[in-house]
Amino acid sequence: MKNIVKKYGDGFPAVNDISIDVADGEFVILVGPSGCGKSTLLRMIVGLEDITSGDMMIGDRRVNDLAPRERNLAMVFQNYALYPHLTVYENIAFPLRLAKADDATVDEKVRAASKTLELDEHLDRKPANLSGGQRQRVAMGRAIVRDADAFLFDEPLSNLDAKLRGQMRSEISRLQKKLGITTVYVTHDQTEAMTLGDRVAVLKRGILQQLATPRELYSNPGNLFVAGFIGSPPMNFLPATVEGTSVELPFGSVEIPADKAEKAAGRGLLIAGIRPEAFEDASVVEESKRASGSTFKATVEVVEWLGSEAFGYIPFEAPPEVQEQLQQLERDLDGETLRTQLVISLDAASKVSEGDEAEIWVDTATMHLFDPSTGENLTIDRENAGRVLTLQEEAAAQPA
Amino acid sequence: MKQRVGLVVGVGLILVWCLLPVVWIVSLSLKDAVAVTNGSPGFFPADGAFAGFDNYRDAWGNDQFRRAIINSLGISLISTTLSVILATLAAYAIARLEFRGKKLVLTTALAIAMFPVVALVSPLFDMWRAVGLYDTWPGLIIPYMSFTLPLAIWTLAAFFREIPWELEQAAQVDGATSWQAFRKVIVPLAAPGVFTAAILTFFFAWNDFVFGITLTSTEAARPIPASLSFFVGADPFNRPASLLAAGAVIATIPIVIIVLIFQRKIVAGLTSGAVKG
Repeated sequence: MKNIVKKYGDGFPAVNDISIDVADGEFVILVGPSGCGKSTLLRMIVGLEDITSGDMMIGDRRVNDLAPRERNLAMVFQNYALYPHLTVYENIAFPLRLAKADDATVDEKVRAASKTLELDEHLDRKPANLSGGQRQRVAMGRAIVRDADAFLFDEPLSNLDAKLRGQMRSEISRLQKKLGITTVYVTHDQTEAMTLGDRVAVLKRGILQQLATPRELYSNPGNLFVAGFIGSPPMNFLPATVEGTSVELPFGSVEIPADKAEKAAGRGLLIAGIRPEAFEDASVVEESKRASGSTFKATVEVVEWLGSEAFGYIPFEAPPEVQEQLQQLERDLDGETLRTQLVISLDAASKVSEGDEAEIWVDTATMHLFDPSTGENLTIDRENAGRVLTLQEEAAAQPA
Repeated sequence: MKQRVGLVVGVGLILVWCLLPVVWIVSLSLKDAVAVTNGSPGFFPADGAFAGFDNYRDAWGNDQFRRAIINSLGISLISTTLSVILATLAAYAIARLEFRGKKLVLTTALAIAMFPVVALVSPLFDMWRAVGLYDTWPGLIIPYMSFTLPLAIWTLAAFFREIPWELEQAAQVDGATSWQAFRKVIVPLAAPGVFTAAILTFFFAWNDFVFGITLTSTEAARPIPASLSFFVGADPFNRPASLLAAGAVIATIPIVIIVLIFQRKIVAGLTSGAVKG
């Protein structure tokens, strides 16, 4: 669908040397914190933003210099951009009218779209009288009436409340599967990214960090940034030193598989990334599973019990160089620098309560080790990580 | 309750204050000319002084007067239309495009609006006579446009800035050319602004007296306010006050109609619902 894309803002590289090849019918998500260039990239695809260099290909056509209307793409804007002076019917019919379709065709297509989106009873109303979700559906209706080559979504759900967002998310997913149309979807919400996308492109400051399936992103993040961005609650980052097959963490040593240890050997101080769900209260872990991980003792400071699971918080001290890297990471992720603490997911049956010293089991097979200075994931499984930004690429992308 | 009484009294006072002269003109226009000359101070015509619609019939029967009405209507409508079209295009450019000298255009426009009309009248008089525009419709349309354009541009630019840019982009993605996006999306949304500008322009052109009396000499182009001042009737030493009053009332009717028509179009909050606020 789309070939090599390389872009530039006005001096400032808003989008830098990004190449994404979107297959026909694929659902690709562009995700990243605000200001990472994801919306700019989308607007370049649709033609609302100029492309400084590189080629934007749709099919076999180079569309760099084509006006938006010549690209045959449909876009849903973040704020819907409905035409307030037109009824819902006319809003949906607008692209058809511009294409000079005859009335019968217009009517047929609009009815079909409104049926798909359950807008039938609202067709005569004006956008001002619709709820947020309805407006959202009208905006989508306007996109689907045309036989566009691709859909582009620019944070379409960010204006909806949480409950509606969930509904619309599944709605979009269903619609995309049904129509089988190529889709590029921009969001800053990693839940949307994980649930909707066939493949997810993680961007940071205009640079593509990793392009992979949600599962690959989750289990094999290419660097600290991706690791910290994907997952909620986020991955824990701990200072670690590897000696043989044991890793020295602030709470004690744990054993890791030999192949991982080998990749990280002799590197000195590293950052260990462990997902909260890799931890468990040792007392509720089955004996058979227990052997595959290690246990350590720590005092759980706070416990949040959510019914289906519980989160425990364990504060720890980090050495300055790790601290600094983690603070930088937080800034990249739009977060605030909190104190260094370990978030662990506990079984709901766990009896650990606040202030207890508990024995914690950790599944070390899923642990990743990162280079603290470059953020690179040392223990990545390259086969299953999609496309990852390499250090050389990153260096090349940096403006001189 | 007390507040209500206060409100009613206040509104009543303001209404009387504003409308009394208007009502008085209407009363005057219904009186017999002779009675007015002899002194007829009452609001209602005295016995036998009621002229019915005779004055209106006389005023309307006057050739000069009818010519003046046609002149005024023609000149005002043409200058309003042209001014609004030009202002819409200019304001759109100012609101949407970045170009050198944008500030200059805006300030110059404002400066023109600040110029006292009287100061420009004599040079225009000379110029128009030299180029042959004196006593013609274009001779009035041009100054009317140049004086109303700045205001219209400023009003419309403010309206255009309010319209979310996404709408236009959405239209372009939907397959519209820039011109189609402008005509089908932006202009309908700016309609309240367009009609506001139109009303203001029409007011200015219709009510203007200084240009009207200076730049015309015959009924070829003389507009109604100027014409009324030349309306002397049969006896030059005896100004037909009631006839003039009738003329004034007739001259007011078009403007009332136009305002009523345009006002319907000024629906506030038309853009609501376009984007999530």
